[in-house]
Amino acid sequence: MNYNRPEKNKANIRQRKIADSAFRLVSLFSVFLVTILVALIIVSIFLKSFPALNFSMITRTPGADYYLGKEGGILNAIVGSLELIFGATLIALIISLPTVIFLNSYLKRTSALAEAIRFSLDVLWGIPSIVYGAFGFLLMLTFHLRASLLAGMITVALVELPILSRAMDETVRLVPAELKEAAYSLGASRWQTATRVTLRQAFPGLITAILIALGRGLGDAASVLFTAGYTDRITTSLFQPVATLPLAIFFQLNSPFPEVQQRAYASAAILTLLILIISLIARFLSRRFSRHKIQ
Amino acid sequence: MREARVRRFVSALFSFFPIFLTLAIFLALLIKSLPLLSLKSLSTLIFSSSWQPQKAQFGLWTFIIGTLWVTFTAFVLAVPVAVMTSIYIAEYASGKLKKILTPALDLLAGLPSVIYGMWGILLIVPFVSKCLSPLFGFSSSGYSILAAGIVLAVMILPTIVNISVEVLSSVPAELKEAALSLGATKFEVIYHVVLKKARAGLIAACTLGLSRAFGETIAVMMVVGNVPQIPNSLFSPAYTLPALLANNYGEMLSIPGYESALNLTALLILLIVLIFSLLSRLYLNQMRRKS
Repeated sequence: MNYNRPEKNKANIRQRKIADSAFRLVSLFSVFLVTILVALIIVSIFLKSFPALNFSMITRTPGADYYLGKEGGILNAIVGSLELIFGATLIALIISLPTVIFLNSYLKRTSALAEAIRFSLDVLWGIPSIVYGAFGFLLMLTFHLRASLLAGMITVALVELPILSRAMDETVRLVPAELKEAAYSLGASRWQTATRVTLRQAFPGLITAILIALGRGLGDAASVLFTAGYTDRITTSLFQPVATLPLAIFFQLNSPFPEVQQRAYASAAILTLLILIISLIARFLSRRFSRHKIQ
Repeated sequence: MREARVRRFVSALFSFFPIFLTLAIFLALLIKSLPLLSLKSLSTLIFSSSWQPQKAQFGLWTFIIGTLWVTFTAFVLAVPVAVMTSIYIAEYASGKLKKILTPALDLLAGLPSVIYGMWGILLIVPFVSKCLSPLFGFSSSGYSILAAGIVLAVMILPTIVNISVEVLSSVPAELKEAALSLGATKFEVIYHVVLKKARAGLIAACTLGLSRAFGETIAVMMVVGNVPQIPNSLFSPAYTLPALLANNYGEMLSIPGYESALNLTALLILLIVLIFSLLSRLYLNQMRRKS
């Protein structure tokens, strides 16, 4: 610091203040840009979609000349997507739940095995869904399955597995150690502690994790592209092909007929609304359940 | 006691599944791409730009270059905005603003890629063809690297911001207070203390964003044009590796070598993403060790 020349010091301070507010402005501008982008996406999708939305879109399956612009709806894809994601999330949950229990109740926090499992989950989380689609297709070839609800469910379950496991692991890890120790001191086994204390305490987080996985599965198109097939009818068996909303949007958007493109927009509104509903439920539930949580 | 041991065994079995699955995906794709790799060397397959399945030529170079251009464009567009936004959220924003921004970003993160693709077709493609390309003296249909880059940049923004905010918030308040007490401005605190402390974590966040951009399929495929040519500007169309898979996988069984070539493509995507995962893990560990 140069104390002998106050005028230079003052100039220096002014410069630093200018840099300070400039930086603040630039970062504020970034936030502004992001907000504008979010608004732009939501508004442009809904503006385009809602005029095209009508009741028969959600109550009817495609009619005979649906893809030429004649009447019908995408009930097949709505029902198909719901069947697919509930099945897939159930499969993913059946694998994740024991994994999370094992990671948090049987292994030490620093164990090399836990580290390896968590790392493999990270790797799986990073694998693009198109690669899962390819792997699912290879599985289908191996087990002589056709593109079907079952094959789609399995593939989407694989996509959801790392998302679900990591989200559940994170909430379960936050459960205070004292709580577990208290259960152990009362003579509870690891399993009893895990299922009756840890998981119950982490319940709101687990529900949120499941809903996140559901949302991810609902929106994923690349993994079902070769595994689930597509059909204009409502799927009633695991071995029939199944229509999904993302693919319904994708196919209809590629159509040369403007009427069909309009329906792609309407389908997009339905998909976006479903995803919004899922995330709102997640928020609502996690708030509701966390009231009873021991802090 | 036996029951306890069974429970332990079963849950251990399930928890090996992620490791097993990772290896299974890798091995399945490797085995399926071996027939082609035994005919041609990996380097000719990667560096040849002739893709003619009918003539048994499976050069992937065009698609690799296309993917790199698109990913890089998205990365360059997204990172500055994402990092600055995270800094604002972590350092400046009031609780109220955070309460609005977090759900907005979550919403952005939760939107399916097909919706982003549609948004790209509706807004970004016309914007590129009617506004941006005349501005720079190009003529373009709009289905281009730039359009794909913009759409992708928006898609990876929430990924980068979420992790970055977490990383930035983990910088101890004492350190910042110490700097403030020495008379540093807020900017100096952020620049010299927060960013220095959080650098590895921020790099990890950006790497994850990069990896997301690299593997994204549907949204890119909808706006990138899918023309297998070496692009010469941001306004030319391109073709990416994931789009190659999405357009051709599943109907490839009739031509010999084709199946193998597409599985090799999937394997390449997997390996590159794996490198990204390892890198980000490395940086995150480095950050954790420091603090």
